Amino acid sequence: MESPSAENDIARAVKDAGFWALVAFGLFLPLIGFQAVQNIRNELTLETRWPLLFAFVAIVAVGRLLQNLLIAPWLERRRQRLAARTTVAVPHWHSRLANVLAPCAIGFALAYPAIALWLGGAGGAAKWIDNFGVQILIYVMLGFGLNIVVGLAGLLDLGYVAFYAVGAYSYALLAQNFGLSFFMLLPLSGILAAFWGLMLGFPVLRLRGDYLAIVTLAFGEIIRLVLINWVPVTNGYAGITGIPRPTFFGIPFNASDEGFAAMFGLPLSPIYRLIFLYYIILALALFTAFVTVRLRRLPVGRAWEALREDEIACRSLGINTTNTKLTAFAIGAGFGGFAGAFFAARQGFISPESFTFLESATILAIVVLGGMGSQLGVAIAAVAMIGGTEALRELDVLKEVFGNDFDPTQYRMLLFGFAMVLIMVVRPRGLIATREASVHLAERKKISSALVREGHG
Amino acid sequence: MSTLLRVEHLTMRFGGLVAVNNLSFTANRGDITALIGPNGAGKTTVFNCITGFYKPSEGRIALAHGAPRMWDELTALTRSDARSVARGDGALFLLERMPDYLVAHRAKVARTFQNIRLFPGMSVLENLLVAQHNPLMAASGYTALGIFGIGNYGGAERAAIAKARHWLDLVGLVDRADDPAGDLPYGAQRRLEIARAMCTDPVLLCLDEPAAGLNPRESALLNELILRIRTDHDVSVLLIEHDMSVVMNISDHVVVLDYGVKIADDHPAAVRDDPKVIAAYLGVEDEEVGQVEAEVGL
Repeated sequence: MESPSAENDIARAVKDAGFWALVAFGLFLPLIGFQAVQNIRNELTLETRWPLLFAFVAIVAVGRLLQNLLIAPWLERRRQRLAARTTVAVPHWHSRLANVLAPCAIGFALAYPAIALWLGGAGGAAKWIDNFGVQILIYVMLGFGLNIVVGLAGLLDLGYVAFYAVGAYSYALLAQNFGLSFFMLLPLSGILAAFWGLMLGFPVLRLRGDYLAIVTLAFGEIIRLVLINWVPVTNGYAGITGIPRPTFFGIPFNASDEGFAAMFGLPLSPIYRLIFLYYIILALALFTAFVTVRLRRLPVGRAWEALREDEIACRSLGINTTNTKLTAFAIGAGFGGFAGAFFAARQGFISPESFTFLESATILAIVVLGGMGSQLGVAIAAVAMIGGTEALRELDVLKEVFGNDFDPTQYRMLLFGFAMVLIMVVRPRGLIATREASVHLAERKKISSALVREGHG
Repeated sequence: MSTLLRVEHLTMRFGGLVAVNNLSFTANRGDITALIGPNGAGKTTVFNCITGFYKPSEGRIALAHGAPRMWDELTALTRSDARSVARGDGALFLLERMPDYLVAHRAKVARTFQNIRLFPGMSVLENLLVAQHNPLMAASGYTALGIFGIGNYGGAERAAIAKARHWLDLVGLVDRADDPAGDLPYGAQRRLEIARAMCTDPVLLCLDEPAAGLNPRESALLNELILRIRTDHDVSVLLIEHDMSVVMNISDHVVVLDYGVKIADDHPAAVRDDPKVIAAYLGVEDEEVGQVEAEVGL
């Protein structure tokens, strides 16, 4: 009984792969099979590229065959195994790992500049601290902020970058025009961004799901277009230059006699400022995480999660869902504003190009990949997404394989696409999908993502 | 015995459909009032109007807390634009003017749903704490103090957990307190939803088909639970139910709806023998249709 059905399966898989090869051939024939080339007399001639075409068709055919014979049965078995599990218990090692991982991650983040200095020296460490450390932590913070709106309250926000932009421009404009210090403007930028969060929140309160996503997306675009077109204030496309850099509690990082290096008798190097910035953003990210953890244990945090689970039930229990949604929007936006102010202070230059939809999408991807509602997952996803982008620049090995004009960063979106599809197939609810209850009576248990809802909007 | 809830001339139209037509009834304090009727009779619509989820097309729904003489304020309150009026020893609410969350929060009307609406991804205990959102919110200084650890939020949360525990004891779910609500068996979910509604300290508990999907043993336990809630916690109950073993055994007063119109309003025993009710539920012999229609007033 076994072998004929297996043979049948193989025959069916081969037939299916053949069909796919045919479709691929049809698709790729005009796209890859022919190439318009300019010859020496400046004439366009059509050349054929049969080997390349057949290589592509072969890739499709073999890939489909593998999918049919190996991947699909594996997924099916996995699905059945998961379905057979009646209780949605979370494996014990999983929760233990998460408990150990968070302190380790914080410890590593604290020690990171020292490690970078030790391994790379003062010259090499700058790249590692700035491009990797600071850049990743900005996105960790943005991820934490968006996590409140999307992960906890279940409101899909595609325009989060708007609040990042509000924070950045608040800092840039107020610091330039009024000469206020970084640490004074940091909370102010956050408050202004939170205010814009409320502004967005009011009109979208009645919307859910796709509609909410579209309106928030539009809001992000509106903010960007205002920044581009309100030239007298924002200087349009040219952006704002010469934004004051943060000082070490009044001591600037420069070559003057009052500069940081001179005051502390250290050799002049840009690395001090980078390390200082690194610790500022680390502190901000930890602050965001800390506040989020605390909020989750307060009634407002539980109301956010309840809102994500069932809005009608919330209302039947006397929860003012309007206020609850608005606080989620405002607090999430506030953290975006902090991150924006830091971004402006770090770059010294901002323009509307830094606040495109792609940024919103990246932040949302970090939250979704990390596992909605999970702090640790978001941090890991930010390291993978942003660190991964930066790491691609470093991969000279690929140049040796694909030739010198191969630029791996050009392929990063393709790679992320693959990575995301893979994650969504294997762990559809993100890297860390379990939820820990905010209170417990006898025993702290994790709740499997199978039960946790994703929110309706 | 004083009146708790007074529904007067309630009409609810959805476009051309009249779901509830000129319905009036009262529910007394401490009573279990059952609202029954065939499918589509408009029972859940009445519930949604009382709990503020629907704004009635016409009619008045008034609820009094405390002293019975609060009812003397009814005309004055209706003429004013206010939603409610409070005196030292009581308060009067016009529920049709209040948004749903205020009906629950201020007028203290709690409800359950026909298709259970728990927070499945939250633990059983968390479900009961969400129900105590408003007092806890006040205890945490509306988050502004609680986030800095100022004030006695910890004490308030412990009290809330103690209250949740009390209700878990009553519905027999203490052992499952830390499990996700979505993981509970169906009957337990029904009981948890009642416990969650009771954690809001209601004066009126509206149960929408609490016995649906329960086996006979479970529905007997449910009867006990409802009676116990009523006697121990000074709560009046409004009940929609199809299970006649529940309705006839525990209710003090039954209102029967058919096609949005009230066809009977009496003690359970009287309603059971009412020919109009029997006709509405079971239909009548063909030759009697004309006669019954004349009686019902069609």
